[in-house]
Amino acid sequence: MEAPTWKNPVIGWIDRRLPVFTMMQHDLVDYPTPKNLNYWWNFGSLAGIVLVIMIATGVVLAMQYTPHVGHAFESVERIMRDVNYGWLLRYLHMNGASMFFIVVYIHMFRGLYYGSYKAPRELLWIIGVFILLAMMATAFMGYVLPWGQMSFWGATVITNLFSAIPLVGEYIVTWLWGGFSVDNATLNRFFSLHYLMPFVIFALVFLHLVALHTSKSNNPLGIDVKGPQDTIPFTPYYTVKDMFGLGVFMIVYLGFVFFAPNFFGEPDNYIKANPMVTPPHIVPEWYFLPFYAILRAITFDLFWGLIPAKLLGVIAMFGSIIVLMFLPWLDRSPVRSARFRPIYKQFFWVFVIDCFLLGYAGANPPEGYFVILGQVATAYYFAHFLIIIPLLSFIERPRPLPASISAAVTAKGAGVPARSAAE
Amino acid sequence: MKKILAATALAAALWAPAAGASSEAPTPAAVDWSFNGMFGTFDRAQLQRGYQVYAEVCHACHGLSLMAFRNLRQIGFSEEQVAQLASQFEVQDGPNDEGDMFMRPARASDHVPSPFANEQAARFANNGAYPPDQSLIVKARKGGADYIHGILVGYRDPPPEGVTLNEGMHFNEYFPGHQIAMAPPLSDGRVDYTDGTEATLDQQAKDITAFLTWVSEPTLEERRRIGISVILFLIVLTGMLYALKRHVWSDVDH
Repeated sequence: MEAPTWKNPVIGWIDRRLPVFTMMQHDLVDYPTPKNLNYWWNFGSLAGIVLVIMIATGVVLAMQYTPHVGHAFESVERIMRDVNYGWLLRYLHMNGASMFFIVVYIHMFRGLYYGSYKAPRELLWIIGVFILLAMMATAFMGYVLPWGQMSFWGATVITNLFSAIPLVGEYIVTWLWGGFSVDNATLNRFFSLHYLMPFVIFALVFLHLVALHTSKSNNPLGIDVKGPQDTIPFTPYYTVKDMFGLGVFMIVYLGFVFFAPNFFGEPDNYIKANPMVTPPHIVPEWYFLPFYAILRAITFDLFWGLIPAKLLGVIAMFGSIIVLMFLPWLDRSPVRSARFRPIYKQFFWVFVIDCFLLGYAGANPPEGYFVILGQVATAYYFAHFLIIIPLLSFIERPRPLPASISAAVTAKGAGVPARSAAE
Repeated sequence: MKKILAATALAAALWAPAAGASSEAPTPAAVDWSFNGMFGTFDRAQLQRGYQVYAEVCHACHGLSLMAFRNLRQIGFSEEQVAQLASQFEVQDGPNDEGDMFMRPARASDHVPSPFANEQAARFANNGAYPPDQSLIVKARKGGADYIHGILVGYRDPPPEGVTLNEGMHFNEYFPGHQIAMAPPLSDGRVDYTDGTEATLDQQAKDITAFLTWVSEPTLEERRRIGISVILFLIVLTGMLYALKRHVWSDVDH
């Protein structure tokens, strides 16, 4: 790769000393991208844009918000009523969190379907899992800030999970709270950390991009780029495609913001936090529901009560995310894309359904049939990663792969259309 | 320590198999509100009648702390009317030059004063029940406006056969568990509407619910108005971006 020459003398002067323009040219313009990416590849850049929107709206909201148990709820309502366009900023931020998770979940399912986690992209995938964990921590702490009933009781339930840790659990919980219950100290530190975490995510996203631009993008065929005929420069092709995707996304996102801003929320969070009144059903935000279902699925002790159900539930919940980090090594199949993996393709969709079932179980009180549903869906979730995927690597006979991307996607290529090359 | 135990018990309760499903209340009737749908707006006259119901009936027990009297300008009251409506309430001010707190008539800039000094006083005056602040009541209840309207018209006296009410409780069709501490607040002719509207129970219930919907979400109309232009703009922009994308990609063999 050769450094571009800059016509503008100022840009040239800066670039010789600090090659930011060369970097931008290299990573945002020239970046060779497979020519066959479909619209599922839009969601990575969308997630990055949502992150920027969240930081921008969050910084402004923080100028009006008061992290004190006596004022937090009222200060949010002051933003909604008296701050100019405060309602817009707050609804953008609130719905932005939901959109962030929708976009990232789609981005992850895309990675699962097309095998984007496989060599040489293992670290790229693992950094992504860390981004998810950081997002979850950020979202959880952010939900506490309006200091409504669900904020308070959600914080109480989730922080109490750490009390399941043997011996030191109680001390850890007290340490997390900064006191003996969720109170002002807790709210203050959550606000501080909620402001910090997005910048941690930003740094992780940067690493995610460095890793991506080192191993380059995967593509729907899951085969390696064979040469320049397989790629096109990122700009203008994917810049314009991402802009179009962004337009569609903004219609959906702002549709919620302007016409159904409380669609994803819980009415109970418009009641100020009251430590003396427990809501009948404590539910987390929708994006945590599958994990909440896994947490509650374990209703039995292990080893004669030596490992209580609560601890097992916590382990299962965190394990459901940690297992993703091992996925590159659990899946031994040399073929990346599910397009050429007839059996894996079916199991992928079963897994998607399983995630929705987990969410459904998590949204409902743990009674009767929902308990069984949650348990079966949890068992299947782990079986998918720990049994089905490793087994498929040996059992499945993948379809023959096309010779190259351009051979598969162009009419003249090798004279074989993609479908027949695949089948 | 007590708090830790309570919190742990709560967390433990989440794992315990749940006992006894809560008694389900029927879904309140869907009212054809003027603010329903994407383009719905508030009916100013209805909101003003609703304010009258609040001031004359609800305010006896329920606060409306997030609303300032100046906000009433938004529902069509003039500056003079707002000053006059505010002055019917007393708020505490001070300290004065002598260091004493004193009461004075409310001004437009004041928030609606709460009917009770604190929660304890409210509970003491209400047989142990706490009348919740109504500033966000419509957004804070599942079912929203329909539910609030349902509660106001859902009293049954005498209660259905086989129902034994606890001391001081009233039967309400739509309240979870059906036993509500609030006595039926409205009845035919409870207020005298200045605009000549007939003050039936249902009319008053609708008016106060519409008013409380506005207090819960005073920016609803502005939000929808801006939203329509924003979405229309985005549709045009996205259409153009799609055309641009097609054009840029036309030289790629794919």
